[in-house]
Amino acid sequence: MELTRRDVLAALAATGVAVGTGAVLRSEPGDDGPIGDHEVATLVAVAGVVYPSAVEGVESFVSEYSVTRVRDRPTYAAGVADAVEALDEYTRDWYDEDFADLDAETRDRALSGMDVDHADPDPEGSERERIRYYLVNELLYALFTTPTGGELAGIENPQGTRAGPRPTSGGRTDGGERR
Amino acid sequence: MIGRDSEGEAPDRTPSDHADVCVVGAGVAGGLVAHSLATAGHDVVILDAGPRFERSKVMARLEKALRPEHDRTDVWEMGGERDQYTKSLPDGITANLNLQRVKGIGGTTLHWSGGALRLHEKDFNMQSRYGLAADWPIDYADLRPYYASAERELGVAGGDDNPFISREQDAPMPAHPNSPSDRLFQEACEELGIRTHSFPLAINSEVRDGRSQCVGFSTCTPVCPSGAKYSGDVHVRQAESAGARVIDRAPAQSIEHDDDGTSVVAVEYATPSGEVHRQTAQQFVIACGGIETPRLLLLSESDEYPNGLANRSGTVGKYLFSDSSVSVTARIDETANKTPIGYTTMCSDEFYDHDDPTPGTIQLRFDNVDPQSPVETALTGGHSSREQIYKEPIYGGSWGDALLDETQHATDNRTIRITAGLETIPHADSTVTLDRSKTDNHGNPVPHIEFDIGPHVVETGERAIEIMKEIMDTIGAEITSISDPESQRLANHHNGTTRMGSDPSESVVNASLQTHDLSNLWISSSSVFPTSGATAPTLTIAALSLKAADHIDNKLSS
Repeated sequence: MELTRRDVLAALAATGVAVGTGAVLRSEPGDDGPIGDHEVATLVAVAGVVYPSAVEGVESFVSEYSVTRVRDRPTYAAGVADAVEALDEYTRDWYDEDFADLDAETRDRALSGMDVDHADPDPEGSERERIRYYLVNELLYALFTTPTGGELAGIENPQGTRAGPRPTSGGRTDGGERR
Repeated sequence: MIGRDSEGEAPDRTPSDHADVCVVGAGVAGGLVAHSLATAGHDVVILDAGPRFERSKVMARLEKALRPEHDRTDVWEMGGERDQYTKSLPDGITANLNLQRVKGIGGTTLHWSGGALRLHEKDFNMQSRYGLAADWPIDYADLRPYYASAERELGVAGGDDNPFISREQDAPMPAHPNSPSDRLFQEACEELGIRTHSFPLAINSEVRDGRSQCVGFSTCTPVCPSGAKYSGDVHVRQAESAGARVIDRAPAQSIEHDDDGTSVVAVEYATPSGEVHRQTAQQFVIACGGIETPRLLLLSESDEYPNGLANRSGTVGKYLFSDSSVSVTARIDETANKTPIGYTTMCSDEFYDHDDPTPGTIQLRFDNVDPQSPVETALTGGHSSREQIYKEPIYGGSWGDALLDETQHATDNRTIRITAGLETIPHADSTVTLDRSKTDNHGNPVPHIEFDIGPHVVETGERAIEIMKEIMDTIGAEITSISDPESQRLANHHNGTTRMGSDPSESVVNASLQTHDLSNLWISSSSVFPTSGATAPTLTIAALSLKAADHIDNKLSS
């Protein structure tokens, strides 16, 4: 199931980023700020573990979402960068490589080995709790507030997704006297 | 020096000179009264304990609501010292006031679900018809024109298809369309001779009054990002446009009366900088809901009123009640597809009006709300509910394909549910009192609630379950759970604690919403309800507020 531009816009809308349908989405992080190519590559790598295998188009979805999401939110961006650094530190200790450089199986093992899978997501918490909040849950929130995420889950309109106006039916509109 | 608010320069929170009216509480009740009186040319000041919520942060509130890392009370910044309370509840009864109310401009309607229903004729005459509870000092006919006005003011979308309600006008907007799951219920109900009809909602079904139509975020409770759902801040803003002044973050501390105790002279309020001011006015309206309204009166005790202001009857804080409910959940073979929106669109008042006292009123509501958010399941690693997180603090460990399996299971599109609203009879021993052992951030005793439901609810709930099981059986659904009528929570609607009545020895306000004891003190709130049927109170609060505004306007103009 392919994640599209529509999904990126829906996920961003659910985070309060003001985006119109004609918005230009950036996937390059730019030179300034704590989120650079390495952080984006790490988020894509984490998504490769935590997203269902049926999802396609993960790299462009995560890149466009993450870069736009952290723009103008320096505190949040710093939280993401800090979580990436904590994850890298762990994988360098255990596997001698940054997380993004590991193969898919080792990435999964590394996240589980760090107990991120059972960590309480907490932006102020321990390293694994911050990784759970800023990386894992951030990416899952993005996915499951999209139309494609809703379709994956098996419902028509996941909460937090703008479904669009519905046609009305029944009832009168003139507001006139009746009895 | 006046302190600064968290976000920039502190606004002027000093009192207004020469105010005609001081309204305490900026929810739907206070907003409507203030708007009506400001529009009529009166000088109005509105005080509220909470802040103005910036519209620009509404999506951040949505994220807080959806992400299980946040407590639901964070969405509208409830909790902490300001909002403390204590409770004594029997086994099976629960209450979480700070999930149920919002302090701030817009009040609790910021997170309501939008149900805008009228009471029925019999609800006003429970004592004379059934020997239960107390009669209202007014009838449905007295309130009917105000209901119509309230529907226009709030913007109600509803059909003209409810055969159990006598209306003089249609709702101002067409009803929201039924969902596929509504049609399942409709067919079964037709077979059983149960009439169904649209569920009126103060949620725009079309663009109206500068607000969006519903675009289906499905998160009406606790936050509507599009603004299609009415909330009290709409009328507070309109009141300001008509000249009213709003002082936010200004909790009323006490109400001061004149020497002989026949009228109010000022409301004392605190500000974030720690100053305490007195707002004088000719007329005073308390619109703080069913918990804080009696609390403010009880805090305003004096030599003249040793049991609390306007409490010569001794009924301030008594008769706390809320509507109750039971539900039946079932599984069907086909997909239910009940999730395009976040609210009920069809109900049945077939069992609303009854002949015998008990079982009492039942309102059937056919749920149309996604039973489980995929976001919630996904972000908790496969836990299927926020409650499960509380019970099992270790998060579920699934992600990837295993998580998708869990999420698909939790958001099963084959689950359907009927909820029955149940009439609750108020009892004098269900109360809001002051807990003098605990104080808020201003040193005032916090409210203490005691609440029980009584046998009427249980018997009514049992009857409702029989009806709902019959409907599910007719659909061919497999029933998976039935709620226990004896297990109830104090719902979001807090009624009865300063009730209306003709007899000053048994009630706090008269038919005009004016307190019996003080001629310029009025109460506009669900706290004045002697009874409330089996339905949500907001439209009735709005209708009563418009009625109170008419009486206050007459008094100011005379």
